[in-house]
Amino acid sequence: MNHATRAAKFVGDADRTTWHDETLWFVRAKRDKAVYAVPEFQDLRELASQIKDHTLSKLDTYLEQFEEQAKRNGVHVHWAADAAEHNAIILDIIRKHNATRVVKSKSMLTEECHLNPHLLSNGIEVVDTDLGERIIQLRDEAPSHLVLPAIHLKKEDVGETFFQHLGTAKGEIDPQVLTEAARQHLRARFLAAEVAISGVNFAVAETGGVVVCTNEGNADLGVNLAHVHIAAMGIEKLIPRLSDLAVFTRLLARSATGQPVTTYTSHYTKPAAGKEMHIVIVDNGRTKQLGRPDFRASLKCIRCGACMNTCPVYRRSGGHSYDFTVPGPIGAILSPNIDMKKHSSLPFASTLCGSCSDVCPVKIDIHTQLYKWRQVLGEANEIPASKKWSMKLMGRLLTSPKVFGVSGKLARQGIKYLPYSLTHARHFNVWAVARELPTPPKQSFREWYQQQAKNPA
Amino acid sequence: MKVALFVPCYVDQFYPQVGIASLQLLEKLGVKAEFPAAQTCCGQPLANSGCEKDALPIYRHYVDTFSDYDYVVAPSGSCVYHVRKHFDKLEQTPEVQQVRTSAYDLIDFITTVLGVTEIPGTFPHRVGLHLSCHGQRGLHQANESEMTPVRDGQLRRLLGSLNGIELTELDRNDECCGFGGTFCVSEAAISARMGQDRVADHVRNGTTVLTGGDMSCLMHLEGIVRRRQLPMRVLHAAEILNGTLS
Repeated sequence: MNHATRAAKFVGDADRTTWHDETLWFVRAKRDKAVYAVPEFQDLRELASQIKDHTLSKLDTYLEQFEEQAKRNGVHVHWAADAAEHNAIILDIIRKHNATRVVKSKSMLTEECHLNPHLLSNGIEVVDTDLGERIIQLRDEAPSHLVLPAIHLKKEDVGETFFQHLGTAKGEIDPQVLTEAARQHLRARFLAAEVAISGVNFAVAETGGVVVCTNEGNADLGVNLAHVHIAAMGIEKLIPRLSDLAVFTRLLARSATGQPVTTYTSHYTKPAAGKEMHIVIVDNGRTKQLGRPDFRASLKCIRCGACMNTCPVYRRSGGHSYDFTVPGPIGAILSPNIDMKKHSSLPFASTLCGSCSDVCPVKIDIHTQLYKWRQVLGEANEIPASKKWSMKLMGRLLTSPKVFGVSGKLARQGIKYLPYSLTHARHFNVWAVARELPTPPKQSFREWYQQQAKNPA
Repeated sequence: MKVALFVPCYVDQFYPQVGIASLQLLEKLGVKAEFPAAQTCCGQPLANSGCEKDALPIYRHYVDTFSDYDYVVAPSGSCVYHVRKHFDKLEQTPEVQQVRTSAYDLIDFITTVLGVTEIPGTFPHRVGLHLSCHGQRGLHQANESEMTPVRDGQLRRLLGSLNGIELTELDRNDECCGFGGTFCVSEAAISARMGQDRVADHVRNGTTVLTGGDMSCLMHLEGIVRRRQLPMRVLHAAEILNGTLS
């Protein structure tokens, strides 16, 4: 199934699509307001972009510096080439402590690596503690957004889920009541947890510390209560200096939700006395992307989700239509690197309007990369054969003014003289499902122009 | 000043009146533009579909047709953007460099090259302006809501200079209409929904004449307006400006 098919299913529910679109547009509008209030916002974007470009250009050096500093801080550092290694390392750490109860704060990397099913199948109870993450975990669904993982759900959906899993009253949809139920439920898990897993927003090379940004404080609660903290990070999370962090914290929350800063910006540098801290540094396709000059910049992403909120396609097709851990425009340029065949329709799930590139806080040229992925996919024959051949035919036609003129005329006459039921038949002409074809004029422009030249007024 | 008019393929076939209005408008502003008969297309439909290699002969044909002109003016920011940005795939001969810098969107040409900021005419209607993404974000012909709350741009100013005109203020000033070239058929459901939402914004805010600088977006929006039989006329900005100028 391609993006268009899944998207058509989502947009088929017109009211829900309206609600989804308006909810995310509201977040985009909040972002705009926050951005307008910072006069130097565009300079910050440029600065952040340059810091990330620089870091990626010396990634090996900074990774080694980071590892050395972290070890000096008493942190265990692990390297994982792929998702399987990442999962094995984490399971191994948990087993070494004979632990079975794990809490996890939001981490798209562990989603990407499918850590939860791996732990569950090995008898480890793992509970997502971010509210949105917990909701979709209970429903056995994938996140539909980077920072708003359950944004595809209405409060009625959450009420039903909590009724089934957390024992709230049937039909209870009061957000405060539902949140309180989640709070009580999660509190028990926090207190019982032996191991806390967190993601990483930024890893600082000069200090060896990691930074996690949350609004719910769930990372802190998990890490501070459990005996063992495991932080999982992709290699692209690095920034050189602690002072660079300020640039990113000013951009991240404003771009994501319009907040000046996340409620919690938690720094984890070394384990507390008697406790253990691990950092798992993961590649999982990132060095491959780093090796693609046209797509390298996608690794600058700080996972704010602004490109999703602004994307007119994402807002109307939903995050699940992308069928990839990271949905939306950024997901559409990350996913073909992982599996070109499976995700071949994603770079085409865009009008190339460019709004994603304009909101991106680290200035990733997202829409240009979408265009470039299309060429890579075309060359690799990963586009539908019908499209490929019609484009080849069109290529011939458009290099010959004569053939072009004749075929244009045929098209016009066709629309004019064929019955409406045929030209607007939904099965042959998807344009006409919701749109009229243009009314064919008597003359083309070039016919008019030639006539004028012969008989000037 | 040697100026050529580039008429996008679909305008040539389906909206000749837009080509005519562009030609006449330029003439009224003192520029006699030629229409080189050999022209076909800029190749964008192929390239946007992932078939850039198949588009290269079209690019070369465009270069052969237009490299002798000082300016090549088109009533479509999208084609111009494609020539400027994506003809980088060709060997950068002096001719290729020439066509990449001489390509201008009609409104950009009128404003930037001719220095025209006002059109002395009257158009007493409630006009809704559709900002086309490639003209706006690609060629920077208008401010972007991603950057600033100030709604400003070349076409907004030109239209605003007409007597009696009332420009509608949209809820979403610059959201994409969903045309997107081949996207309009490959993602037909989303494309249509995006167009319907744009049209609804115009209806909600009282637009009776819907206009813009790019006929491709307008073709898509017009298709929706006509399907829904809405009391709204769809005109390319060149038609409005040419019609008001004597």
